[in-house]
Amino acid sequence: MGAGHTHPLYVHGHSRVHRLAPEVKIAGAVAFVFAVAVTPRQAVWAFCVHAAMLLAVVALSGIPARFVLARLTVILPFVAFALLIPFVGTGERIDVLGVSVSREGLWATWNVVAKAGLGATVSIVLAGTTEIPRLLTGMSRLRVPAALTMIASFMVRYLEVLVGEVRRVRIAMASRAYAPRWLWQARPVAASAGALFIRSYERGERVHAAMLSRGYTGVMPPIDERHATTREWATVATVPAIAWMVAVTALVTS
Amino acid sequence: MSRSGPVVDARGLRFRYPDGHEALRGFDLQVGAGERVALLGPNGAGKTTFALHLNGIHVPDEGVVRIGDLVVEEASFAEVRRRVGLVFQDANDQLFMPKVAEDVAFGPANLGVRGDGLRARVAEALDAVGAADLADRTPHHLSGGERRRVALATVLAMRPDLLVLDEPTSGLDPAGHRELVDVLRSLPMTQLVITHDLPFALELCERAVVVDGGRVVADRATTDVLSDADLLARHRLALPFAFDPSYARSSPTR
Amino acid sequence: MHAPDGFLSAGTAVATGAVSAGAIGASLRQMRTSLKDKQVPLAGLAAAFIFAAQMFNFPVAAGTTGHLLGGALAAVLLGPFTGAVVVAVVVIVQALAFADGGLTALGYNVLNMAVVTAFGGYGVFSLLRRVLPANASGVVVATGLAAGLSVPLSAMAFAVEWLFGATAPVPFDTVFGAMVGVHLLIGIGEGLISALAVGAVLAARPDLVHGARDLSREQVAERPRIGMRGFVIGAGLVALVFATVVSQFAAPDPDGLERVAEDQGFLGSAQDHALATSPFADYATQGLGNETLSLAVAGVVGVVITLLVGLGIVYAVRDRRAPASRPSTPVGTG
Repeated sequence: MGAGHTHPLYVHGHSRVHRLAPEVKIAGAVAFVFAVAVTPRQAVWAFCVHAAMLLAVVALSGIPARFVLARLTVILPFVAFALLIPFVGTGERIDVLGVSVSREGLWATWNVVAKAGLGATVSIVLAGTTEIPRLLTGMSRLRVPAALTMIASFMVRYLEVLVGEVRRVRIAMASRAYAPRWLWQARPVAASAGALFIRSYERGERVHAAMLSRGYTGVMPPIDERHATTREWATVATVPAIAWMVAVTALVTS
Repeated sequence: MSRSGPVVDARGLRFRYPDGHEALRGFDLQVGAGERVALLGPNGAGKTTFALHLNGIHVPDEGVVRIGDLVVEEASFAEVRRRVGLVFQDANDQLFMPKVAEDVAFGPANLGVRGDGLRARVAEALDAVGAADLADRTPHHLSGGERRRVALATVLAMRPDLLVLDEPTSGLDPAGHRELVDVLRSLPMTQLVITHDLPFALELCERAVVVDGGRVVADRATTDVLSDADLLARHRLALPFAFDPSYARSSPTR
Repeated sequence: MHAPDGFLSAGTAVATGAVSAGAIGASLRQMRTSLKDKQVPLAGLAAAFIFAAQMFNFPVAAGTTGHLLGGALAAVLLGPFTGAVVVAVVVIVQALAFADGGLTALGYNVLNMAVVTAFGGYGVFSLLRRVLPANASGVVVATGLAAGLSVPLSAMAFAVEWLFGATAPVPFDTVFGAMVGVHLLIGIGEGLISALAVGAVLAARPDLVHGARDLSREQVAERPRIGMRGFVIGAGLVALVFATVVSQFAAPDPDGLERVAEDQGFLGSAQDHALATSPFADYATQGLGNETLSLAVAGVVGVVITLLVGLGIVYAVRDRRAPASRPSTPVGTG
């Protein structure tokens, strides 16, 4: 189910957004999306403000619009569900083009599409301007437990290695005319998953031995560099700050 | 850095894996400072297992390993792992950080080196292997030869007294092979090289130790070992086609 | 199942975020005690494995493909604490680096995909292991059923979250029925693939299967022969039956359910119950006046999920008496 999109989203660049410290970007992104999430759906004006600010950030980042739009397709299944809501939703019905739909449902669709769309765009900009190792550094500076970020770092490091192994196995299987179409033909696929687990585990043990050999005692040594300046925090904070002011205004006046 | 006694002094090592396989059956070896020793032998002979005893990854069931004046035991692991630099068969297992520079920094950072000193160590190690331009790269995107040299750098950064390399030339293309050999010849520390590559052993190491069935079966000058057809045949070693070890004696040293 | 932002209310996002953070934090501590300094490389590689396994598809029917979620599989192979952490890391990185799943949705995405599947799956697995024979077959079958059920369990968790934080006027019963019904069918694939994968690991490295560490060498050798076609058809029928029953909730006009409610006297007395100040989202209980019934179902579901997840935790903590991981493979050859 979590098929996911597996191409990292990073778009190489040197924009101001790219150069910001990662913890600032992550915190800013989360704060902004929360503001969007609490904005009442009737306040369409508020969403316009959110969208305008977001578009400005996208432009500043230098990420091409068509790239963002292409990646936004990840929310399509949920948009599809959202489009169904007016038809299955309860409550007062109204007529739209001769079809009876739920009024609440229409608002709900708008709500989901707007928030999911804005949220996904924020995620795309964040991922697009920040390389994964930097994202993980940002997380650890935001007090996410070091164990989690280190595990994530190793996961990212070895993911492509494993994917390469899976690809080779698939090619080998296909070369022996294995082309399964039904679930009961999936045994070789499942068996290769089991074999992949064993190889991954054994590699994990070898990596552990390599770490020990270079003096690892269980705690990662501090290697890294510069932290975000107050100025960076202040600059980035303006966007979610405005978003929150907008959201609160909308809440209070709704 | 010269020592009066041997750099490696292993006596009577016996080791059995948890699954019951007895890998070392009375292994003895002494290596003096500055020597370059090739460890030859068939697969499964115990060469890698022995190497892992040199820095305490494996602890022998019987026997003792000394590195310089230190007995290898838990209390001395930290210093032993500083003195012994182990380069593994699969360079990928050794490069687990997101960027090359971070991998090279990992070892010295564990030793407590920080800041400018750390940066200097990283530069020094990368220079020694001719990989200064690779500092910012992702390990996954390196070629086999580059990966091998960077893996060597991660170990050199700890300024070891002894370098132990496990199949360093396997999988390298001819240019990568030459680059690695040149680097190894330029390094002053004692070297112990596990290899199937007999010409490489001849070029780099003046002494060859043949290992089979968990113990040392021959220990002589490399040219002698490679000229002894009987010995080679008995232990599943074979010279490459049209390779004459006596040629090496008359060829100019580089 | 990587829900985007705005799908559930912000309050739900924060609440589930707190629960997930607590669960993963606790799991990290347990993982540290059992794996010690091996935790980073082992869990990292395991996470890479789960991520890679999720990417690759297996055939379902007529050339369509499905994907693994892997929570229950991770729990059986690594133990539920490590399993939960590993899948959580996958979900978090997918949200941050791949824009798969909303940033504010991490709370419930991690809860549903990592915590519920790993602990709930392990709970089902442990229960089944106690009744199934103590050999490789038993482990494989237990894994299959646990993994197969972990998927609808995850959907049920989402439905319960919908009860509290719905953002659309779709009643709980509809969401429950639709999601759980569909996921029961999806679970068949997850169950089968997980079972076979664990079988493959048991055949080569039984010491790597946390859920089988109590088996002796002889017990591990008693391996099952799964009749694939029969298994799939059988599982399909079972799931279909369940799905049909469950999807009664989904129909906007569940005559069957109303009849039951009338007969049992729920309706009528339901309308004016003291639910006026209920914490539940206005929409979610706007069934067709079957508020009490919806809540009853939600209650039962909530209890079931809590029981299974709790069971998973209990078994995991009790089973922690197991020895720390032994040094296993010869590292390298020669």
